[in-house]
Amino acid sequence: MEEFAALIDALIYTRSRNEKLRLIAEYLRAAPDPDRGYALAALTDGLDFKAVKSSTIRNLLKERVDPVLWTLSRDFVGDTAETASFLWPDPVGNIAPPPSVSEAVDALSAMTRANAMTELPRLLDRLDSAGRYAFFKLATGGMRVGVSSRLAKVAFAQAFEVSVDDVEEYWHALAPPYAQLFAWAADGEDPPDTANMPLFKPFMLAHPLEETVVGLDDYAAEWKWDGIRVQLVHVAGETRVYSRSGDDISATFPELVDALTIPAVLDGELLVRGDVQGGDTGGAASFNALQQRLGRKTVSKKMLTESPAFVRLYDVLSLDGEDLRSLPWRDRRSRLESFIPRLPDTHFDLSQLVEAKDFEQLAHIREGTRDDAIEGLMLKRRDSPYVAGRKTGLWYKWKRDPLLIDCVLMYAQRGSGKRSSFYSDYTFGCWDGDPDAGAELLPVGKAYSGFTDAELKKLDKIVRQNTLNRFGPVREVERTLVFEVAFDSVHSSKRHKSGLAMRFPRIHRIRWDKPVHEADRIESLRALIRD
Amino acid sequence: MAAPFSWIRPDPHGVYVVPADAWIDPSKAVDRALVTHGHADHARGGHGQTVATPETLAIMDLRYNTREGATPVEYGETIRLKGGVDATYIPAGHVLGSAQILLEHAGERVVITGDYKRRADPTCPPFQVTPCDIFITEATFGLPLFTHPPIEEEMAKLLSRLEAYPDRCVLVGAYALGKAQRVIAELRAAGHSQPIYLHGAMEKMCRLYEEFGVDLGELRLVADHDKDDMRGAIVVSPPSALNDRWSRRLPDPITAMASGWMRVRQRARQRNVELPLVISDHADWNELTNTILEVDPHETWITHGREEALLRWHQLHQRRARALAMVGYEDEDD
Repeated sequence: MEEFAALIDALIYTRSRNEKLRLIAEYLRAAPDPDRGYALAALTDGLDFKAVKSSTIRNLLKERVDPVLWTLSRDFVGDTAETASFLWPDPVGNIAPPPSVSEAVDALSAMTRANAMTELPRLLDRLDSAGRYAFFKLATGGMRVGVSSRLAKVAFAQAFEVSVDDVEEYWHALAPPYAQLFAWAADGEDPPDTANMPLFKPFMLAHPLEETVVGLDDYAAEWKWDGIRVQLVHVAGETRVYSRSGDDISATFPELVDALTIPAVLDGELLVRGDVQGGDTGGAASFNALQQRLGRKTVSKKMLTESPAFVRLYDVLSLDGEDLRSLPWRDRRSRLESFIPRLPDTHFDLSQLVEAKDFEQLAHIREGTRDDAIEGLMLKRRDSPYVAGRKTGLWYKWKRDPLLIDCVLMYAQRGSGKRSSFYSDYTFGCWDGDPDAGAELLPVGKAYSGFTDAELKKLDKIVRQNTLNRFGPVREVERTLVFEVAFDSVHSSKRHKSGLAMRFPRIHRIRWDKPVHEADRIESLRALIRD
Repeated sequence: MAAPFSWIRPDPHGVYVVPADAWIDPSKAVDRALVTHGHADHARGGHGQTVATPETLAIMDLRYNTREGATPVEYGETIRLKGGVDATYIPAGHVLGSAQILLEHAGERVVITGDYKRRADPTCPPFQVTPCDIFITEATFGLPLFTHPPIEEEMAKLLSRLEAYPDRCVLVGAYALGKAQRVIAELRAAGHSQPIYLHGAMEKMCRLYEEFGVDLGELRLVADHDKDDMRGAIVVSPPSALNDRWSRRLPDPITAMASGWMRVRQRARQRNVELPLVISDHADWNELTNTILEVDPHETWITHGREEALLRWHQLHQRRARALAMVGYEDEDD
C-alpha cells in the first residue's frame, strides 16, 4: 500500500501529462501482481465496494473523534477521505505491517455493511496517514488524481512497450486485476482470447481538412453529426455501448442495448430524437438536448420517453462474426446499407452520403448548411480500410465555419501547467444594450485557446497593466480589448446570468483596433440560439 | 478594588492595557505599542512608542524605516510601564526576535503569546512555558488535522527531489520573514552546502538575520545569475512569486512551498505546488493543546485562527476559554 499511496500523492501534485505517464509506468513495472492490476483498476474507476461509502467513513470517525471537531475539520479540508486520513488516531505499540493493495482489496470485497465498522479499523490501524488516504480512496472510488482511463492505458502501454491499441482491445476483455493483460505485456505470454467478448475496438479518427482539396472520385462525403461518437458491440448475446474514449456507457443508454440483437460492431453518432432539427431524414435534437442524457448512471423512464436516443450509423467493423475492418470503405458501406433493414428503425438509421458533382459544389453545400444537428462534413477515402487512430489522408473532418461575435475582455485567470505564470483564460462579455447609453457588459463565455504564444505574452501584459480587482486567481480587467470569438453554437442556459451558453468558444482574432463600444450586443447572440 | 483583570481589555484592534495606555500588536497606529514579533499583521508602523526586542525593532526598521520611539527589551528583561504594569519579554520560538509578553499587575499575570511554535528553530530561541492566569494564544493551525511532521523529513524530501532532477531547480516559496531563513538554516543543518539563490525581495531580511548571528551559508541573488548557474540548485522566493512571471527566468523549476497549509492536498494544488513541504512556524494542534495543559491558565483567550475548534477542545476538557475575534491577524502564507 505504501508504494500505491506514494503514487497517488505524486499524481495529485503533478501537472505534466508526461510526468504522470512516467510515474504510472514506473509503478506498473515495479509493483508485484496482483497489486498493480488492482491499482490500475483503482485509477480507472474499475473497482466498486458496496460495503464502504463516504457515510461509513464519517460514522467510523465520529466514533473516535469528537463530532464537532470532525465537522469543523471536514469543512476545512473539503474531502471526507482526506479528513479521515488525518484524524484517524495513529496506531501505537506493535503494529502489523501495512496491508498490500491486494490484501486491502480482498478485505474490502469480503466486507458487508454490517461488519465494515469492525473490519475497517483492523486495516486502518496498520497504515500511516498517506496510506489511509490511499486506502479510503481505493475503498470509495473516485481517485481524482487527474488521470483518465485513457491516460492509464497509455501509461500501461509505455511501461511494457506494447501497442496502446492492443491494450484498448484486450482491456475490456478482462476484469481487475487484469492478470492476463500483465502476463501478455510484461511476460510475453499469449494475449487474451477476445473472440467471444463484446469488446471495444479502437475508433478510426479524422484529421481536419484545412487547406486540403480532395477529389470526390476518391473520397465520399457524409454529414458530420453533432452528437457523440459511439460504438455498439453485440457478441454472444451481449450488447455494449462504448464512448469515444472506450468507456462503457451502456447503462446510460439502455434502449440501445435492447435494440441491437445481431452480432455486429457498429460505428455511428448517438443523437437524441427531436422535432426541431433534422437533416434529410429528420429527428435529431441539438447537442444541448443530448447533454441532458450524458453522464447518468441510471436513466429515468421520463428521460427515456422525452429524449430517446438513436444511432445514425456510418460504418460497420464486424458483422455476423466476420471482421470487416480490412475491407475498403466502399465495401463496408454497402454491407452497412444492406444490413440496416435488419435493425429496428426506431433506434437506428443510416447517415446519408452527401452527393455533389465536384469539390466546389460540396463546399457550397457545406456553406449553406445551418442545421444544428450538423457540424460540417466528413470526407472518407473510398478505398481505405478501417484503421485505429488518425492516419493521414484517410478520413477528413471539414467543420462548417464557426459563428463569430465581437466580445470585450472582462476577466482573466492564470492558466495551469506551462501557462501557470500567464493569464491565459479569458472571460468576455457582450453589451446588454446601447453602450453609449450606459449599457453594461454581461459575461457570455470563457476561452483559453486560439491565440499564439506571442499573442499570449501580449495579452498577459495587458491583463497585468489593466487590473481593476483581484479575486484569488482571477483578475478583473479594465474594458479595453475586443476579441473576435468563434463558436460552434449557442444555447439558452439557466446557469449563466446572460441566459446563454456558447459551445466551443475560442479566440478567433484579437481586435487590437476595435473600440470596445463597437463590440456586439447580447441580442445578436440571443438571435443565434437554437434549442 | 477593581474587578479581576479589568485592567486588560480585548479590542478588535489589539489587546489594550488600560493603566499603561498601551496596546499589544495593534492593527492601527497608537501612542504606545508592545509588539510581539515583526510580521506585518502584528507589527505595523506609525506608533508613537514601540516596545519590542532589538531583533523585532530592527525588522520593523527595515520594513517601515522608523527608529523613532523604539524601546528595546531583551529576552528575560522586565520593563515597568505606566500605571504599575510590568512587561516581560519571553522567547516565543516563532521567528527571529519573536516574544511572548508577560504582563503583571495587581498580582495578576497575563501572557500574550503572539504567534509561536514549540519545535526547535536554528534562527531563534525556543518557546518558554510561563505560568499565568490568562493565556492569550493564537490558533492559526487550531484544527486536529494539523500535525506538522518533523522538519528533517521535509528537508529530506526537498533534497532528494533536488538530486533526482540535476537539470532543474527547486523553487521554494517561503514567507520572506522567518520561514525563508529557517528553511535555509535547516538545509545547512542537513548538510546542503551549495549556494542558495534568493529572490530579490528576500535579500535584506536574510542579511539582517546574518547580522544577528544566524549563519545562512552562501547566498546568491537570482538576478545576478544565468539560468544555467541555477540548475540543480535551490531557489527561495516569496510565495507570491511562485507562479509569477519572475519564475520564467529559472531553469524549469519544480515548484515547492514551505507552509503548514501544505498538509491539505487541495491547498497545495490550488497554488500549483508540485512539492508541498509541511513546515510551519506556528504550533500545530497537539502543540497548542499541550501548551495550554502545561501553562494551565485559569482562562484562555484566543486571538485568531481556527478558534471554534480550540474553543470546543476547551469545552471537552472543562476549561474556560473565549474567542477575541481580532481583525487582521491571518497567515495565508505561513
